[in-house]
Amino acid sequence: MAVNDTLEGTRKIVEEAEEQRPNLHPLAPTVNDFNQELTTLNLGPTHPATHGIFQNILQMDGERIVSGVPTIGYIHRAFEKIAERRPFYQITPLTDRMNYCSSPINNMGWHMTVEKLLGVTVPKRAQYMRVILMELARITDHLICNGILGVDTGAFTGFLYLMDEREKVYEIYEEVSGARLTTNMGRVGGMERDFTPVAIQKLRAWLKSFPAVMREFEKMFNRNRIFMDRVVDVGGISAERALNYGFTGPNLRAAGVDYDVRVMNPYSSYQDFDFEIPVGTKGDTYDRFMVRNEEIWQSLRIIEQALENLPEGPYHADAPHFYLPPKQAVYQNMEALIYHFKIIMGEIDAPVGEVYHSVEGGNGELGFYLVSDGGRTPYRLHFRRPCFIYYQAYTEMVVGQTLSDAIVTLSSMNVIAGELDA
Amino acid sequence: MADPTVESPDAQETAAELDPAAQKNKQLLDLLYRLFGQDAFTDVEEPYGFLTVTTTRERIHGIVAGLQQDQELQLNFLTTMCGMHFPDRKDQELGMVYMLHSLVHNIRLRLKIFFPIGDPHVPTLTDLYSAANWMEREAFDFYGIIAVGHPNLIRILNVEDMDYHPMRKQYALEDGTREDKTDLFFGR
Repeated sequence: MAVNDTLEGTRKIVEEAEEQRPNLHPLAPTVNDFNQELTTLNLGPTHPATHGIFQNILQMDGERIVSGVPTIGYIHRAFEKIAERRPFYQITPLTDRMNYCSSPINNMGWHMTVEKLLGVTVPKRAQYMRVILMELARITDHLICNGILGVDTGAFTGFLYLMDEREKVYEIYEEVSGARLTTNMGRVGGMERDFTPVAIQKLRAWLKSFPAVMREFEKMFNRNRIFMDRVVDVGGISAERALNYGFTGPNLRAAGVDYDVRVMNPYSSYQDFDFEIPVGTKGDTYDRFMVRNEEIWQSLRIIEQALENLPEGPYHADAPHFYLPPKQAVYQNMEALIYHFKIIMGEIDAPVGEVYHSVEGGNGELGFYLVSDGGRTPYRLHFRRPCFIYYQAYTEMVVGQTLSDAIVTLSSMNVIAGELDA
Repeated sequence: MADPTVESPDAQETAAELDPAAQKNKQLLDLLYRLFGQDAFTDVEEPYGFLTVTTTRERIHGIVAGLQQDQELQLNFLTTMCGMHFPDRKDQELGMVYMLHSLVHNIRLRLKIFFPIGDPHVPTLTDLYSAANWMEREAFDFYGIIAVGHPNLIRILNVEDMDYHPMRKQYALEDGTREDKTDLFFGR
C-alpha cells in the first residue's frame, strides 16, 4: 500500500486498524501494524523539541502520526507526599518547582490557600504587590512559550529578543525576593519585604522599554506568511472537547471559552483592575499564540494600574502566629523570639478544615486542595496542575498530523515538565 | 428586624439569602436532593463556601453523569479529583474527592466517597470526562484505587515495577531503616 499523504487516508487506516486491535501491552503503540508499514518513533524523553523530559511513542505512516502514547513521570518528585511532612511555610519552595516558568504565581497561590484556611486578611498594598508579581510571572511564562514556539518553527531571532526581556523581569524578581527562577516569594500573610526603590525603578524602566520589543516581536510573527503556514489549523481542539479534557487557561481561551479564574473568582484584588480576556475561535496553535500575546498586553495593563494605584500601608498582615517577625526584633524582643521559635518549630496549630483555592496560573487554573487535621503540616495536599490535565489531549490533537505539526502543537500547549509531574 | 444576637432559623435563612455564594450552594443542594433524593447524600458541609457532600461509590457515577446532563446549573466541568487515605476510619479508609464546577453559573461542588481499603474499587468517570483518565491513573498510582472500566489503568507518575502505593499513610516519607534520619522534633 502506498504511503498515505492525505489526512483522510491516514484516518481511514487508523479506523480500520483500531477495529481489529487486540489487547496489547499498554505502552505499545496502539495501532496494530500487520504489514509492518508503520514506523515507531520515540519523541523524547530527552528531545530538544519537547522542552522537558517526557516521552511520546509515536507510530508514523510516513510523515503522519497514526497513534501516540505519552509517558510522563520522568521528573516526578512526590511533592504531594513531601508536603504531608512539611509545615506550611516550607511548602512554598515545592510550589516553585512546579511551573518554574512562573514560580511567583505558584507561590502566591499557595500563600493565599493557607491564608484562606487561617482566615488571614492580607493588606491592600500586599495584594497589589502580589498582583504585580503574578502578572510579571504570567508575562515571562507567555514569553517563554511564544518565544520557543518561534524557535520550533525556525525563527530564532524572536526568542533571543524575548529572553533579553525575561532577563530584565528576573532582575526585578531578584530585587524583590533575592532569587530568579525558583523565587520562594512572599510569605503567608503578605510579602517578606516591601518593594525597594530599585525594584520600583527597574519595574518602571522595564514597563517603558518592553512594549517596543513586544511590538517588534508581534510584527515579526503575527502576519508572517511562513509562520502562519506552520501554525494555522494545526493542533486544533474544539471548545467541547477542550472542556471535556479539563483545559483551562490560554489553551481553553484559544478554543473560545472565556473562563479566567481572575474574573470568575477574583482573588488578591483582581476586581479592582480593568482588563480584557482575549479568546480565540478554533483552538489551534495560532490561536494559542495570539491569545498569549494579547494576554501579555493585558498583564501590562494590570501592572501599570497596580503600580499607579499602589496603596500605602503595611506589606504584610498582622498575623504574628504565622508571619515571621523581623530578624532584628528576634534578638531584642521577647514576643518576637517566642513567635519565631514557635513558627520555626511548627508548634502553632492550624484550624481543622479543608480548603480549595485556585489562581490563574500561566497555563490555567492552578488549584490547591488542602486538608488540614489541625497539625503543623497538611494532612493531604493535592495540586490541581493544569498541564497534567490538559496534556492528556495531546494524542487526540496530533493524530493525523505530521511530525513537525506535533512539535509546534506541543510547544504551543506550553507543557512544563515540572508541573506535569509534580 | 430580627435581633442579630438571637440565633433563630429565620435569621440564618435571611443571612443565607443575602450572601450570593450561600444562595448558590442552597440552589445546588436543592437540585441535588431533587435529582437524586435526600438519602443519597450525607455530611453536607460548606467549608469556606465550597459545598461538600459525601455519597457512596454506587451512586457517584450516576450523580456526576446527571449533573453533567443537567441544564439548570450545568456542572459539566471536572476541575480535579484525587484520592485520600484515613487509616483510622474503619471500613472507610480510602476516599476519592471529585470537584465539579459550573463555568456558566460559577458554582462548585465537592463530592466525596469513602470505601474500605480491602475493596478499593470505584466506577470510572472516563466515559463522561476524558480528563478523568490520567487523574484516575494518578489515584491508582498513589493510593491503589482501582477505577473499574478504565481503559488503561496503569501507573502514571511512578515507575512501572513499583509494588506499593506510596501515598498511603503507612509509608513513611524517609527510609524507615535509617538511623541518621530520625527527627523526634519534626514531622509526624
